[in-house]
Amino acid sequence: MDLTRLTAAELSGKLAAREISATEVTQAHLDRIAAVDDRVHAFLHLAADTALGQAADVDRRRASGDALGPLAGVPIAVKDVFTTKGMPTTCGSRILEGWHPPYDATITKRLKDNGVIILGKTNMDEFAMGSSTENSAYGPSRNPWDLDKIPGGSSGGSSAAVASYQAPLAIGTDTGGSIRQPAAVCGIVGTKPTYGGSSRYGVVAFASSLDTPGPFARTVLDAALLHEVMSGHDPMDSTSIDAPVPPVVQAARQADISGMRLGVVTDLSGAGYQPGVMTRFNEAVELLEHLGAKVTEVSCPHFKYALPAYYLIAPSECSSNLARFDAMRYGLRVGDDGTRDAEEVMSMTREAGFGSEVKRRIILGTYALSSGYYDAYYGKAQQVRTLVIRDFEAAFAQVDALVSPATPTTAFAIGERADDPMAMYLADLCTIPSDLAGNAAISVPCGLADEDNLPVGLQVMAPALADDRLYRVASAFEAAFAASSTGAGPFLAAAAGRGVDA
Amino acid sequence: MIETERYAPVIGLETHVELGTRTKMFCGCGTLFGGEPNSQVCPVCLGLPGSLPVVNKNAIEYTIKIGLALNCTIASWCRFARKNYFYPDMPKNFQISQYDEPLCIDGYLDVAVEGRTFRVGIERVHLEEDTGKSLHVGGATGRIHGADYSLVDYNRAGIPLVEIVTKPVDRTGALAPLVARAYVTELRDLLRSLDVSDVRMEEGSMRCDVNTSLSAIGSGVWGTRTETKNVNSLRSVERAVRSEIERQAGVLDAGGRVIQETRHFHEESGKTTSGRSKEEAQDYRYFPEPDLVPVAPASDWVSQIRATLPEAPSARRARLQAEWGLSDLDMDALRNADALDLVASTVAEGASPADARKWWLGELARRANETGVALADLAITPAQVARVAGLVTDGKLNDRLARDVIDGVLAGEGSPDEVVGDRRLTVVSDDSALQAAVDAAISANPDAVASIRAGRTGAIGVLVGAVMKATRGQADPARVRPLIEQRLS
Repeated sequence: MDLTRLTAAELSGKLAAREISATEVTQAHLDRIAAVDDRVHAFLHLAADTALGQAADVDRRRASGDALGPLAGVPIAVKDVFTTKGMPTTCGSRILEGWHPPYDATITKRLKDNGVIILGKTNMDEFAMGSSTENSAYGPSRNPWDLDKIPGGSSGGSSAAVASYQAPLAIGTDTGGSIRQPAAVCGIVGTKPTYGGSSRYGVVAFASSLDTPGPFARTVLDAALLHEVMSGHDPMDSTSIDAPVPPVVQAARQADISGMRLGVVTDLSGAGYQPGVMTRFNEAVELLEHLGAKVTEVSCPHFKYALPAYYLIAPSECSSNLARFDAMRYGLRVGDDGTRDAEEVMSMTREAGFGSEVKRRIILGTYALSSGYYDAYYGKAQQVRTLVIRDFEAAFAQVDALVSPATPTTAFAIGERADDPMAMYLADLCTIPSDLAGNAAISVPCGLADEDNLPVGLQVMAPALADDRLYRVASAFEAAFAASSTGAGPFLAAAAGRGVDA
Repeated sequence: MIETERYAPVIGLETHVELGTRTKMFCGCGTLFGGEPNSQVCPVCLGLPGSLPVVNKNAIEYTIKIGLALNCTIASWCRFARKNYFYPDMPKNFQISQYDEPLCIDGYLDVAVEGRTFRVGIERVHLEEDTGKSLHVGGATGRIHGADYSLVDYNRAGIPLVEIVTKPVDRTGALAPLVARAYVTELRDLLRSLDVSDVRMEEGSMRCDVNTSLSAIGSGVWGTRTETKNVNSLRSVERAVRSEIERQAGVLDAGGRVIQETRHFHEESGKTTSGRSKEEAQDYRYFPEPDLVPVAPASDWVSQIRATLPEAPSARRARLQAEWGLSDLDMDALRNADALDLVASTVAEGASPADARKWWLGELARRANETGVALADLAITPAQVARVAGLVTDGKLNDRLARDVIDGVLAGEGSPDEVVGDRRLTVVSDDSALQAAVDAAISANPDAVASIRAGRTGAIGVLVGAVMKATRGQADPARVRPLIEQRLS
């Protein structure tokens, strides 16, 4: 039995029944990482020793009869944007090279408290800015389906790790699509929970009003199990919602959508959408209808302004959030040779420590917030954001959930869009509206595009705090889709013999 | 002040007050002054990557209290904003402050100067976080430019800071410097009565920036203003305004133009010097703080806070003055010496207002001056002062012995009664014991006795002094004198 091929739910069952130990599970994944990650480059930091230590602890506690959480002993890969005590946290940036945070993010702490085994920290676009991991200062990660393709971003290390069986679970953050887009292009499941549903404390900020931590997994149920463990109110995060976590696991198990009203967002289609993506998406909608959902078309006329509004709001917030990287207290310091003053050292450090995409956004945001331009840029973008929220409100008055492709195209080639920021930004066309509105959305695999035989993601969007609806729809779809095409088992089985396993 | 015949000064004051909350504005770190550098810090107030602020509810409550006491309207909904600029003592390189949505707006504070009342309008009261403290080592100025290196203490970073901004204050004429000082004094007393801050200018828990401009009389046009920083005492407030009025009048008289700029006040010279020019002012790129949710104080809560407001200091002063029967001059002296509360407490412990005033403004003020501590920080309580005064009233001590008792209390020898016991300091009132001392004094000072007999009664003082010396001060001079007169009659 190859333990790396099991789902988190299967591992959880076997661990609870003591058929396998956490140490065996952890070792199996460490072996898999050793075998494939030099080609995938999912991890920036591997924590083999602490992972095995954690596993031994879980095994000991289980042996002594302690009550353990459902994911105790299951390994996870953590995006390098979550602070981790005892492990470096770089955010894919030179400016944080060598920084060991003195504290755990709330989510890191919850994972540890639940006995989830942290294998290491995964690669990402620098400070979560990008859709391909090509903006990482430490080199790109690769798509396990085709090593010449991007794994998506910014949480591309996490999606690549899960898709290449290096971890059954991973966490990432979604600011403009950074969980759903990599999940879609890697053929796995990724959820952006309701904003405020999962704590941002200890998540190094890109855009505070948008950043949302969420789960990656190979199955919908696994994503729900992790969603439940990582979520919930956090008094350390003022924007955290003080409400019970929606019953996502129950919804994933229920997987019944008969009578549910689903809306196809007509504005998320058309020019720029790859035909093979639209074919798989349309088939997915038919399958949902076949499962008993009442499908209608819904128009969200302001979604077309979501991308430009996002590229004012997110850079504005990032220009302020990233001001703290100034060489004074931690991280990189350049030019401190005793002849230069603090301002020069700050300036030289930021010049050397930030990559070009980060600088581009800091400059954009600084401009958008500056006196005399604020109203025309940041102010106007916030108005557009309100219009996007109203579009969602109007849509959710008619339907229970919305569906669209998760991305306009499948994974593109590494280097293909690296010099064309606009083309890169379009990768998040379908995902940005939910970030601006703060509602919940998921991407679930719905097949391979005919043109390139690469994964396509189906996006489901639900109102804020109705995250459970995502899992009902995605889980029902996943089961029906598996039965109708590749046969039973996770979708990723279709990747056998390809990419990293070729 | 001759300038004010040609120019009408317009002043404005921005006062920063550190709130006396137990913990910082956005984290759970302590706020005690004077801790080891960087001992009261955590990921939040150090602005470490990933950390997030959480609003201290007490700080909101204190600010509402201040707003209500200043007759302000309390916003039913407001937000924090980020003020962006780079400086090493600011951990995040932005300060969480308030911008166009302050918590309290549009109030006033009445102040009295030379019998006239001036209503100082309050523009806004808002809440923000303090920065760390930089110490620039080396260099001539103690400022960052030219320093060899700088040390930063982040203990102060994140301490809640309230900024109280006045509206422009005009029509004060030559009284402008006094009005400025009276405003800051009244504000200090008000904040102290609210128990929201220890308001110590010397420790920097209350800091003042003074805006000054001149308008040519009859022109109806306000001149360019300057902002004077580093004004760290009540006296400096007055001096800084006076010095800026004189300087600007000189510039205008010479046909020059006042530049809008920040100026620094120098305690030693009483003058201001130019700081950075506001004409190249930074763009702070304010925007609503996305890490915090809006603050929406419920009206019930505001009403509850309003119900806890103490009597206004000005009303209290008027009441106490009437109760105590003190003159305006006496009251001003008490206030200037920062002794009003001490006297009130001493009276409450049973001393007469006159005695309480006498001890605090006399002997105790002298001791405080000598040792360089604030009156309130002397190691003696109002109750102890009242006890000393009571012992004098009862004839158990005379003033000289009372000073010895105060000595003992200040030296940590215990309560007044313990010092009296340990040092055996009681007035000798037993006439037979005194009689012997009187007789000895008479026989030892024949010249004085002769003078007295010759009608120069002033010489009795010599004999009284001799008796006091012989009894080591324990005799009651009021008793000694008739005994001498009796013997010599």
